[in-house]
Amino acid sequence: MTEPLIFEMSQPGTTGFTYPGLGFPEIDPADHIPAKFLRKTLPLPSVAEVDVVRHFTRLSRLNYSVDVGFYPLGSCTMKYNPKVNEDMARLPGFACIHPYQPDDSVQGALALIKGLESTLCEITGMDAFTLQPAAGAHGEQTGILIVKAYHDKKKNKKTKILIPDSGHGTNPASSARCGYEVVSVKSNSLGGVDLEDLRSKITADVAGLMLTNPNTLGLFETDVTTIAAMIHEVDGLVYYDGANLNAIMGWTRPGDMGFDVMHVNLHKTFSTPHGGGGPGAGPVGVKKHLECFLPTPRVKFDGKKYKLIQKSKESIGSVRTFIGSFGVLVRAFTYITQLGAEGLRDVSTHAVLNANYMMARLKKHFLVAQDRFCKHEFVLSGKPQVQKGVKTLDIAKRLLDYGYHAPTIYFPLIVDEAIMIEPTETESKNTLDAFVDALEKILQEIETNPELVKSAPHNTPVGRLDETLAARKPDINYFHQPGRL
Amino acid sequence: MKEMMATIGISAVGELFADVPENVRLGRPLDLPKGVSEPETIQRLKDLAERNISSQEVISFLGGGCYDHYIPAALDHLILRGDFSTAYTPYQAEISQGTLQAIYEFQSMMCCLTGMDQSNASMYEGGSALAEAISMALSQTGRQAAFMAESVHPEYRRVTESLIPKLGGKFGNLPSEDGLVDTSKLAEQIDERTAAVVVQYPNFFGRIEELDEISAIAKRVGALLIVVANPLALGMLTPPGDFGADIVCGEAQPLGIPMSYGGPFLGYLTARTALLRKMPGRITGCTVDNRQQRGFVLTLQAREQHIRREKATSNICSNQALMALCATIYLSLLGEHGLQTVARQCFQKAHYLRREMEKVSGLVFPFSGSFFHEFVVRIPNSKKILSKLAKQGTFGGIALERWFPRLTDHVLVAVTEKRTVEEMNLYCQQLKGVLE
Repeated sequence: MTEPLIFEMSQPGTTGFTYPGLGFPEIDPADHIPAKFLRKTLPLPSVAEVDVVRHFTRLSRLNYSVDVGFYPLGSCTMKYNPKVNEDMARLPGFACIHPYQPDDSVQGALALIKGLESTLCEITGMDAFTLQPAAGAHGEQTGILIVKAYHDKKKNKKTKILIPDSGHGTNPASSARCGYEVVSVKSNSLGGVDLEDLRSKITADVAGLMLTNPNTLGLFETDVTTIAAMIHEVDGLVYYDGANLNAIMGWTRPGDMGFDVMHVNLHKTFSTPHGGGGPGAGPVGVKKHLECFLPTPRVKFDGKKYKLIQKSKESIGSVRTFIGSFGVLVRAFTYITQLGAEGLRDVSTHAVLNANYMMARLKKHFLVAQDRFCKHEFVLSGKPQVQKGVKTLDIAKRLLDYGYHAPTIYFPLIVDEAIMIEPTETESKNTLDAFVDALEKILQEIETNPELVKSAPHNTPVGRLDETLAARKPDINYFHQPGRL
Repeated sequence: MKEMMATIGISAVGELFADVPENVRLGRPLDLPKGVSEPETIQRLKDLAERNISSQEVISFLGGGCYDHYIPAALDHLILRGDFSTAYTPYQAEISQGTLQAIYEFQSMMCCLTGMDQSNASMYEGGSALAEAISMALSQTGRQAAFMAESVHPEYRRVTESLIPKLGGKFGNLPSEDGLVDTSKLAEQIDERTAAVVVQYPNFFGRIEELDEISAIAKRVGALLIVVANPLALGMLTPPGDFGADIVCGEAQPLGIPMSYGGPFLGYLTARTALLRKMPGRITGCTVDNRQQRGFVLTLQAREQHIRREKATSNICSNQALMALCATIYLSLLGEHGLQTVARQCFQKAHYLRREMEKVSGLVFPFSGSFFHEFVVRIPNSKKILSKLAKQGTFGGIALERWFPRLTDHVLVAVTEKRTVEEMNLYCQQLKGVLE
């Protein structure tokens, strides 16, 4: 059940689209552009509109998505995305405005940006936000650049960023991008930061610490204020990775826990869809003492009109062109408008309830990484199953046969055979029960017919793919293969 | 809910939050408005949208890295399919073949346009894509400096300086004579410490750089040539790869992505095979499954942050997959003939407008020579004139002074295939009127 490549559907001479005539006599480009700059061949496919539509519709049907079913991918917050968000992003007043239009002609857009900034401030307890970063990792990089600017201004000699070993891979990568050495901090038996190990690593050259709370085991870091104080003692800054914000809205705020700078993943918590891997948006919030370092442009309101401020003296600069992924901001703003204060708190309450319910049902079958109440997600270990010859990967693949997306597996790295489940708040008890039932069935299969599990998936459009071949002989460009150009 | 609580063994949901220390509990409702119904939400958003002037209500000649092109109707219908828009990154390849194959097609199309060997699955947008390209060049050459032409988008330069602080003051500023890189001075300004020479094609002023000469000069000192290219212009212009470019990157918004006040857009990054292990972000490869069918997977992941952590080639995780899909569908719908047509129409219309504007007295065209679909015009009292034109329903161009203080009254005018003869004639008439 595979689909031909669009290039293989090409019928020279066919076109999927026509343009109106020019309305004036053409000039010969060769009279205006030197011949060496005029392209000779353009081997793009030529396909009729109906065939293009069918090609991409058929491709879409090879995908699993939230609109099809339950997607318990831990740390990714795959909640349902209300359709009205899409409609709002497509209003001509939002979709058809140019980033260099005069401020007078985009007052609604600027008001929306300002409104979303102050809403995020209230939700997180921070004092100011930039909506410029294009994704979570981009937000982390922006945040760490702000940390760097803070230390540079104070002429602090700082070289290290501390990151718990349970942290997302983007944390160390983002810190390294900003020129910092990454020092890993151990987790304790409760999945939290090991305070002894942390203490031994806090030296005068520590620029800051990156932490997510709840942590990647889905557990609330109860020592958070102590940790923040320890870092502040050496004039370090504490960064909050907002990947897990969906667990705590309306209950507690990073700004009140002692964090100085943070990012929010709008495409997770605020339900702008993931799009198969983007676009996202990673707004960055800071406390007052860091506001001057935020990237530009910034929106200012003088009581009458909104205005874009292009530059400010101590700003880290710009982390992308233009003001941000505005279309994503519109979706998030729509989502928040509809939910309101109470609705946002309910989101977190139900996300946590759903996760604990699933954990309660599943802990009799799997090792639970930490047996205490979790927040929005929890981590199981498939170790007992490995002893029966079935890997966590096999269980994940077998779940696909039952019509589910698999949980995140082998992350966080501190748990062997990790299975990380995040149900989100938008799922009903029936859905959660059906998923647990499917997992229980797979556990029975491991007893009765382990081969069935080990060779899964069986009902998917393709079977397990040869990743080694893909890496050894990279075929990543159709035209680069012999005889195709 | 009661049943669920019983299974968990709690009598109130608050118990699940008991581990949140007292001193950090919010203890009050969020100070935000009450939630509203869907119809009310729509009304609020519509009210905001109506306070903006959309390109449907004005005649726009704004460009500078974001362009108002026609987007075929079929495109949005496909993008709206939840199977594409509500999927995550294709970690489970067996149930993500749609996304993965589309990325493979995207990578191939970008290579076709740029003349490069390989492409990644997408970057955030043009400016940060360029910063990543320069990081690749630094890593590949082991050098610390990069030279960026002044004719590269000034915001791309600002983004690069912000994102690669270690480049520090090592940027070279190339003199732009006549809106082009001065190739005679370029040779003096780079040396064996230069990792990359960065130029834009067509450049920020719409002009076409002497890529072959620039490439030769860069190669002489062992610097990589990075070309920031408008992929839509490559429907008409020779691929930068033909001139020896090592990395071609930029903004693919012109390929079927709405302007949306600057995002979400689509950064792209393509390069020669020699740079494959330095590529940031995701790459999709073709392989076979255990049923001997063709299939696609994320590949060469040992470069990426989830495996290599601080040693990764980049920190990028989420990219712009859905926007890459827009570009792939756009290029599929237009095909060879369609992309050639739209590029040619942009060229023809820009030249038509330029000819008509030459008839308006008082206007000066400082940069002569070949251009694609953007050009610079000097309009006396440009600030006042542009705002008068805006009141008459025409966005006449972008004032360059905000980035280039010496270019007073220089205005960058962009023309896409969407502008009609009537609109261009009206613009000239309005100009005549306000200049008098």
